[in-house]
Amino acid sequence: MIAAYLVLLIPLAGMAFFALAGHRADSGLWNIRLNAVNLLATLWLAVNVLREGTLLSAGKAFLVDPFNVYLIVLTAFVGLTTAIFSAPYMEHEKDIGRLNDARLKLYHAMYQGFMLSMYLVLTTNNMGILWVAMEGATLATVLLVSLYRTPESIEAAWKYFILCGVGIAQALFGTILLYYAAEQIGSEENALLWSVLYENAGKLNPEVLKIAFVFLLIGYGTKIGLVPLHNWLPDAHSEGPTPMSAVLSGLLLNDALYAVVRNKMLVDGATRSDTAGFLMMGFGLLSFLVGALFLHRQKDIKRLFSYSSIEHMGMMTFAFGIGGPLATFAALLHMTVHSLTKSAIFVTVGHAAQLAGTQSMEKIRGLIKTQPAIGWGLLIGTVAIAGFPPFGVFTSEFLVLLAVMRSYPWLAPLLLLGIGIAFAGLFRHIQPIVYGDRPEGQQPIKANLWPVMIHLGLVLWLGLAIPGFLADWFSQATILISGSVPL
Amino acid sequence: MNIGQLDFYTQAILSLAALVGLTSFLMLGQGRLLRLVFVFAVQGLLLALTTAVAAYSLNIPHLYISAALTLILKVIVIPWMLRRLALQMNIHRDVEALKNNTAVMLGGASLMLFSYYILHPIVQTSSIVMLNALAVSLSVMLLGMLLMISHRQAVAHVVGFMSIENGLFFAAVVATHGMPMVVELGVAFDVLIAAVLFGIFFFHIRTSIDSLDVDLLNRLSEVDK
Repeated sequence: MIAAYLVLLIPLAGMAFFALAGHRADSGLWNIRLNAVNLLATLWLAVNVLREGTLLSAGKAFLVDPFNVYLIVLTAFVGLTTAIFSAPYMEHEKDIGRLNDARLKLYHAMYQGFMLSMYLVLTTNNMGILWVAMEGATLATVLLVSLYRTPESIEAAWKYFILCGVGIAQALFGTILLYYAAEQIGSEENALLWSVLYENAGKLNPEVLKIAFVFLLIGYGTKIGLVPLHNWLPDAHSEGPTPMSAVLSGLLLNDALYAVVRNKMLVDGATRSDTAGFLMMGFGLLSFLVGALFLHRQKDIKRLFSYSSIEHMGMMTFAFGIGGPLATFAALLHMTVHSLTKSAIFVTVGHAAQLAGTQSMEKIRGLIKTQPAIGWGLLIGTVAIAGFPPFGVFTSEFLVLLAVMRSYPWLAPLLLLGIGIAFAGLFRHIQPIVYGDRPEGQQPIKANLWPVMIHLGLVLWLGLAIPGFLADWFSQATILISGSVPL
Repeated sequence: MNIGQLDFYTQAILSLAALVGLTSFLMLGQGRLLRLVFVFAVQGLLLALTTAVAAYSLNIPHLYISAALTLILKVIVIPWMLRRLALQMNIHRDVEALKNNTAVMLGGASLMLFSYYILHPIVQTSSIVMLNALAVSLSVMLLGMLLMISHRQAVAHVVGFMSIENGLFFAAVVATHGMPMVVELGVAFDVLIAAVLFGIFFFHIRTSIDSLDVDLLNRLSEVDK
């Protein structure tokens, strides 16, 4: 359990350090170091969980089980690679005069603050604290979205703030209803602890929990980016600094989905019906299709990939909604590969935008001819996210499709259609960007593409063969969520 | 049901619920910023009063802390901050012409009915007081959203946002006698940070579009212009 405390304390200390020390020449380096140390701490935590099973801290304030521990490691990993990318990227932004020292100080402090709230969301056992941390993540990132202080970025940040704030208020109402149901069966002291609620789920009032789940899904669903509550997402992703887009897409969306799934486990236990699952399937499928269709209309490269995030989060929500071991396994895998691939893509997109000096897709041309590493990185990333074999996204999407064929065969054509539309939407934009002639005067820039290669390599590995311990891990999480063994 | 036969606590909660609902409607139709902020402070005061009554009648000491928190944050700090900002930015004299005021009010009334309708299944498991309290708090939340939709001033949006939080607190106090202390502190902390951030945002919005009319924040959209 010490490892879990460490995971929370390191970003807290980091936030205090950056806030007090101000911006220094080596702030980016310190950000990398802090995230690296925290990755080690999360690995230690993971080893503990692997050996001893579910950990519950004294006083039951924190809970680490196979479901959240893998997300914790993933969070730390993406946090580290994004920090590695962000150090030279933010230096460049400062050099070209878009940022100054004070804003970089804010950026680094809030980066750690964001990581802290993500870890808190994942480790806490208290559904109320879960909400507080989720709101904390909004508060930490809202000033980062408007970091450039352009009218567009301020508009995006305001939208993000208001929409997510109002949205997540619904989740608090859901949590209050949950607490209300829990109080009726006694246990006043621990009535919001997930582990206690889960043990007594069968006794909770199903009517109250059904209403609660609607609010929880809408609330946390706003943060997942479910259609029609998604409007903030493309704006916040496109106007903020690129490292922020990478962690928002790779981590925040996952953690919001995690919150919904935790609540679904309680609601399913109480209602013993598929109501919660159907709601998630409906919202998920709608987001998936709308996200795929909107890919075609984009002009800004970061907006393009944020719609792709909406599409993929929709698919995961849909898969968790189907329930059952196969779909749950697929959804867990999809969470991993999506966040690895999407953060890699945002890193390359960030470089591409710096290279071309614009985010408008009509003006970014000839990447492979200018700087092959960035061009190929973007192309391979897009191939991976579109769901081509042999990448991991293909495996997980295939498993989702398999689960749909088994349970709801009449939905399979819609899913296939959506995948096709998304594929076309991505490639019609990306193909001219990577191929084609290089515009006059476009020069290669200093770029660090290690994070991209590592991420894409991992996604490839997960697509070819999921290593034994990881498969075991996913299976354990699947058993926890769906109650039986996958495959 | 004869209201005179109920005990003091139930009577007090029912009347306070009605008053809290009423303040939401008052805010909805208010075009002057300073009055809007004032009504918001009154709503916060009613909320603090509700919490104190619950703490006293049911003998739950930790609710006194929560009442004090509400009093400090929602009645003093946030309204004072909003008022100061409005005066600083010299927008306190502006009267916002509300479009379709009648329709908005009717919409608000139907939202209230809708809240009762949604929460009706809960009636089987608990008292009629609980239904009223939960329905009022849900409708305060929905009215807060309607306030944000119908007003164009950023300050009004913040008031709407905060009154949504008021609705949540009302539900938490009446239905569950407050949340666990650690959660309540966390939520209060979030609200405080949010209020500070809103203050920062006013200045940013003002420097970027030279106004606090959020309808002018319309550069980002999917529609071709």
